Amino acid sequence: MSSPPSPSGALRHVTGAPEAGAAMAASSTAPAALSLRVVAECGRSRARACELRLPHGTVECPVFMPVGTQGTMKGLTASQLDRLGCRLCLGNTYHLGMRPGPDLIKKANGLHGFMNWSRNLLTDSGGFQMVSLVELSEVTEEGVQFCSPYDGKEILLTPEKSIEIQNALGSDIMMQLDDVVSSTVSGPRVEEAMFRSIRWLDRCIAAHSQPSKQNLFAIIQGGLDPTLRTKCLEEMSKRDVPGFAIGGLSGGEAKDHFWRMVALSTDHLPRSKPRYLMGVGYATDLVVCVALGCDMFDCVFPTRTARFGSALVPWGSLQLKNKQYAKDFRPIDENCHCPTCQRYSRAFLNALFRIDTAAMHHVTVHNIAYQLNLMRSIRESIIEQRFPEFVQNFMKTMYGNSDHYPQWATEALDSVGITLE
Amino acid sequence: MKLSLSKIVDGCRLGTLTNLSRKGVQSMDIPGCLLYTRMGSAPHLTHDTLQTVKGVPVVAQLSLSTLADLHEVLAEYKEGAAKFIGMAESVLYCSLHDPVICSPPGYNNNKTVSIWGCGGRIEMTASKFMTIQQVIQPDWFQCLSDGDTIAGEISKKRAKKSVDRSLSFLDECLQLQEELPGLQKSLIIGVIEGGDVLEERLRSAKETAKRPVAGFILDGFQGSAMTKETKLQLLSSVTAELPEEKPRLIHGIGRPDEVLECVERGVDIFDSCFPYQVTERGCALFFNYNYQPDPETEVIQENGQTDVRKEDDEKSENVTPSGPQEMTHFEICLKEKRYQDDFGPLVKGCSCYCCQNHSCAYIHHLLVTNELLAGVLLMTHNFQHYFGFFCSIRDALKENKLDQLKKSVNSQAL
Repeated sequence: MSSPPSPSGALRHVTGAPEAGAAMAASSTAPAALSLRVVAECGRSRARACELRLPHGTVECPVFMPVGTQGTMKGLTASQLDRLGCRLCLGNTYHLGMRPGPDLIKKANGLHGFMNWSRNLLTDSGGFQMVSLVELSEVTEEGVQFCSPYDGKEILLTPEKSIEIQNALGSDIMMQLDDVVSSTVSGPRVEEAMFRSIRWLDRCIAAHSQPSKQNLFAIIQGGLDPTLRTKCLEEMSKRDVPGFAIGGLSGGEAKDHFWRMVALSTDHLPRSKPRYLMGVGYATDLVVCVALGCDMFDCVFPTRTARFGSALVPWGSLQLKNKQYAKDFRPIDENCHCPTCQRYSRAFLNALFRIDTAAMHHVTVHNIAYQLNLMRSIRESIIEQRFPEFVQNFMKTMYGNSDHYPQWATEALDSVGITLE
Repeated sequence: MKLSLSKIVDGCRLGTLTNLSRKGVQSMDIPGCLLYTRMGSAPHLTHDTLQTVKGVPVVAQLSLSTLADLHEVLAEYKEGAAKFIGMAESVLYCSLHDPVICSPPGYNNNKTVSIWGCGGRIEMTASKFMTIQQVIQPDWFQCLSDGDTIAGEISKKRAKKSVDRSLSFLDECLQLQEELPGLQKSLIIGVIEGGDVLEERLRSAKETAKRPVAGFILDGFQGSAMTKETKLQLLSSVTAELPEEKPRLIHGIGRPDEVLECVERGVDIFDSCFPYQVTERGCALFFNYNYQPDPETEVIQENGQTDVRKEDDEKSENVTPSGPQEMTHFEICLKEKRYQDDFGPLVKGCSCYCCQNHSCAYIHHLLVTNELLAGVLLMTHNFQHYFGFFCSIRDALKENKLDQLKKSVNSQAL
């Protein structure tokens, strides 16, 4: 590459041996498309509170990022999402690349302009949807070959193409195209996918046209095999990317495998860069994985489940469509300050679900508020050096009795020094 | 409720309704409209998103058909529907039917009227009706009435029956009201029936006006069973029989040109299901209700956005709106391909949340991808546009310029 080195953390491909010191220096010098400041660390676990500075403002971590697949957060307006305190949300490259297409979004001044969202955006690479949504897809060294579900045309999504689309979308954080293998698959395919993901990372870095404006994250693969994951971690952390995602998990594997892979990853990842655990959004998983050292999370669960009438509460969830709520005149959660809980009762929502889509919007508002509040409370407890106590209380409220604590969570927390009572 | 008329011009009534409710202070200007809701919820909107709409009517309309299923819930709740639906601050008017939904004909008799809720048909006797109203605690409610005259041609006998039944339901309800402590402060709106039979309409009007009702509903004018001429003639004859100091409501009439025709025949209050229907077919209200066009902008509009879009509308016949009714000339269909790369607002200069923040291209994308936000954004625009239209009617009346408004609106209806 002939372009002059920028002081940005999003430098081009750095070959040769990784230098942790150099990486840290790069991410601490401004101006950059990204900088991470560790505000506080838990004295016992790996949990940390950070400030992630991105082109569209500062994001307080740990953060949960709601997923707005097609350039909209379901029924919420951009200003509602903003008022809930969301500072970073997701868009899906696969969907947006199909409709309305990168050219149109580029004309609209990128995805920010198209959806009129002035805060930060993260886009995925499109690879995951291609493998999970499109049956007839084939992965080769070149890229992912698939048939468009809209017009049947053959399309080849290469690392270069994915980056080109994400450059057009103008997201603050872009994800590399990775070779996604279901986490329940084992054998040589996992190894092949891991090595290919490293090669594709290099191609993505090379194809990235605006590293001073957009941050490209690497995605750690390697399935559930500790050796492969370690290998991937070693290789990818040699590249001076501004952030790392832990991928290939949260796809139906045993929780016991899941947390060990997360712990292994955070153990190897540089302290100076954000760690994004993909596809995780259940409250317990969030709390445990923060303890394991992750900073960023995304999941469709809170918003999807809202549309089915499931409202998230500190002790689990309420299926608002169930008859038992027909005459329950309390708000979803008496301690919640979201616009829904301030005005509407479970009984009203129960009835409204039969009549109007506004019912879905009310619960979506609540569930996003719940997720963001949870992350805020976690963060405050880390800063105030009482994260282990927070975890104790969280588990007690969620499960009532320690007999009901999931074993994997107990073990995971134990591994980082938080022993549940 | 008190109506002060400030002006009557060629049958059009300009005025203010005060003491709308037990809450006292609110007032409503007429001609005006009600806020259309489904079970008390403005379609697609949360309280937050409704707040962004300018000129929201102070009186919200909900229909008994959506609330009847909730009667036991409300009975246990005890604090009335307004608080239950999260709109404790608004004035509630409960109509018998949802103006958007056509009830099947042939289910009424001398003792009961059928309404259609989520769970199917519910037979209402006067006493059941009043018991339910008692738990709803509306500020105004439409009296139980037999309006089953709109499904096509009806006999004189059927028209007479609709009047007889409705009067007897009214008497029964008025009597029950005295006995029911929870309904003392709710106002009954009498219903004028009679199908397309003039003498029955007149009898209905005269007899209803003799009773202590707070206002009148001119029922049975929705739909296309009657010719327009008949409809308008009947409306004129009926309103001539009604006392001046009480408001007249009509349901299911929403097209801007039709609204103006009714206003000219002395109708005061309309519902706002029209913008909802427009939203449901993926369309945006796009008509000019400016009655004193500035000569300069008029030229621009003739050569610009407005007419280009309209002309194209007529040419393109490949798009069929998915809504229950046919698209009118007062709207544009955002599903059409030409909006795909139109980065302008729905309506130039519109101050609604949607037009201030989003483009036609974005709405088109949301509709094409079936995203829920399409309904939210279109609803905010369509409501605000429609409420603005009513504001314009009042202003035009004030300034004696209703003719100009009518001319402008009618020219767009073609």
